[in-house]
Amino acid sequence: MFENTTKLLLHDIENLHEIDVYIKNGGYEAFKKALKMTPDEVINEVKTSGLRGRGGACFPTGLKWTFMPKGKEKPKFLAVNGDESEPGSFKDRQIFEFNPHQLIEGILISGYAMGIDAAYIYIRGEYHKWIRLMQKALDDAYESGFIGKRMKEVFGTDYSIEIYIHKGAGAYICGEETSLMTSIEGDRGYPRFKPPFPAQRGLWNMPTTVNNVETIATVPAIIAIGGENYAKIGAQKHPGTLLFGVSGHINKPGVYELPTGTLLTDIIYNHCEGVLGNKKIKAVIPGGSSMPPLRGDEIDGVKMDEESLKEYGTHIGTGGIIVMNEDTDIVKVTLRIAHFYHHESCGQCTPCREGCGWMEKILKRIVAGEGTIKDLDLLVSVANNIEGNTICALGDAAAWPVRGFVTRFREDFEKYVTQSRVFKAPNIVHGRRNTADTLIEAV
Amino acid sequence: MEDIQEIRFSEEELKEIEMVKSRYPSSKSAIMHVLWMAQKKFGWLSNDVKEYVAKILDLPESHVHGVASFYTMYFKKPMGKYHIQVCTNISCMLRGGEEIYEHVSEKLGIGHNQRTEDGLFSLEEVECMGACGGAPMVAINEDFYENIDIVKVDELISSFRNKI
Ligand SMILES: Cc1cc2nc3c(=O)[nH]c(=O)nc-3n(C[C@H](O)[C@H](O)[C@H](O)COP(=O)(O)O)c2cc1C
Ligand code: SF4
Ligand code: FES
Repeated sequence: MFENTTKLLLHDIENLHEIDVYIKNGGYEAFKKALKMTPDEVINEVKTSGLRGRGGACFPTGLKWTFMPKGKEKPKFLAVNGDESEPGSFKDRQIFEFNPHQLIEGILISGYAMGIDAAYIYIRGEYHKWIRLMQKALDDAYESGFIGKRMKEVFGTDYSIEIYIHKGAGAYICGEETSLMTSIEGDRGYPRFKPPFPAQRGLWNMPTTVNNVETIATVPAIIAIGGENYAKIGAQKHPGTLLFGVSGHINKPGVYELPTGTLLTDIIYNHCEGVLGNKKIKAVIPGGSSMPPLRGDEIDGVKMDEESLKEYGTHIGTGGIIVMNEDTDIVKVTLRIAHFYHHESCGQCTPCREGCGWMEKILKRIVAGEGTIKDLDLLVSVANNIEGNTICALGDAAAWPVRGFVTRFREDFEKYVTQSRVFKAPNIVHGRRNTADTLIEAV
Repeated sequence: MEDIQEIRFSEEELKEIEMVKSRYPSSKSAIMHVLWMAQKKFGWLSNDVKEYVAKILDLPESHVHGVASFYTMYFKKPMGKYHIQVCTNISCMLRGGEEIYEHVSEKLGIGHNQRTEDGLFSLEEVECMGACGGAPMVAINEDFYENIDIVKVDELISSFRNKI
């Protein structure tokens, strides 16, 4: 299964979602291999691999695991984040559908490494079908004794873990790790301040690790081929294969598993067979809607890994690539994004709640042809005031794309604010003042 | 045609709730699952239903109200037999999602979170459903329909109309 190191998650094997097929192709062997190592050796292997979280923040996974306390005094939990609600992201769903056992095996290995007692896979409520598919895989694994009490009998280990699915019910914010935990605990999914970090105080105040579905599903591959070999795949500082979800104005949208560092143009023009109607590209969002966009004229040579994207002032995020052609109305796109974050803000922090509301309001005004040139600076300043001043990173997630679009596509916004407005003809003095009340509709 | 239905889970369902409670250190964690079960069985989460859930899980009623109102997928009022969710978020918007929403709204004569008089359809403009590669898309009840257009959405609506 792991011979082809350019495809470590979505293998070209028919019916791999079935437990028998998975086993026949070497499934659950990586867990057996891990059991021959000590938990610390497993963590070190993941550290060596250079694996970084696939949920958006790119945090080194092995390092995160070392934050978990050792010992058995307290129960320990793993929350596997399958909320997948960032617009433009649709990759974890592929794992639920096509390779659910690799996720289960990943949970077993991670669980063994950290001494986890129970894992909860949090799956967004809209994914009814994928919850059923994942549950079927879990049921089969339980039946085979791969999970739960019979692990001793099957694997000859004293380690055992329970794995459950927790179904969400429609709230983007629950993908944020502290919100996700509050949601699992049965409260309204409000995020909370960090520290304390989940490893100190997580689910039910016990040590907890939160990792994305794709992150955990990658772990069996690392154990199978070895951390050092994994580290050689793709970009050096952000190695491995990534599930890129490509959508928008593209001929062949879909999820593509490719090494990090793959050229963006290679993904768009080769793998996805180019832009719809052969148009030029106006903008590309590289990693889900909260990441600042790239201009179409700067994508040549851009490599898809975190360190390379940072040089362009953006990030890999969830690997959700959204392509927009030259006919796209950037201002309307920005409004739609601002609307989303305003809708999803939980309202706890004033800068996020009010700031997101403001950004949407100003953008609505601009789209309605009632904006002024000052509104563009206002948008940037509202975004700056949100960034870094909130409990969770939803604030940043809202601020980044708005500021990114306004600054990188300023001319598009300027067209909106100058097009439909003229100065009151006879009043030159007022006309110079550029404020909203001195402007009237063109007709 | 709103049947007056007794608000009560069957023995089987109560057993399922016990099983779900046992998955967590605290039975409060079962609330989302039980609200899903209640919505499936009773159609939507009326005050009576929420009170019943509170009683079963031994939680304050205010807590159940709070949780139910936090999540968009729990219905706060009766919805149609076929609940049509049209995604208009960015990837769908780029491929005509907004036009599909407008079309369905006009065709059925209902807006966001409203239902038709015969109770057959309801409409919701939803945020990204995690199916952007199949944009534009709609979900009807629990099923996703991807790569759709106005013609296909019309066909879907007719096929559900003919089912009754
Ligand atoms: C508003 C918001 C939404 C998020 N949504 C998700 C999500 O849907 N899935 C996910 O894995 N991480 C999401 N994250 C990131 C998580 O907080 C967390 O960093 C991640 O699950 C950790 O896993 P990783 O280290 O494996 O990436 C979100 C963060 C924020 C601020
Ligand atoms: S930043 Fe926004 S979403 Fe996050 S806690 Fe504050 S108000 Fe809620
Ligand atoms: S934008 Fe519509 S499914 Fe993601």
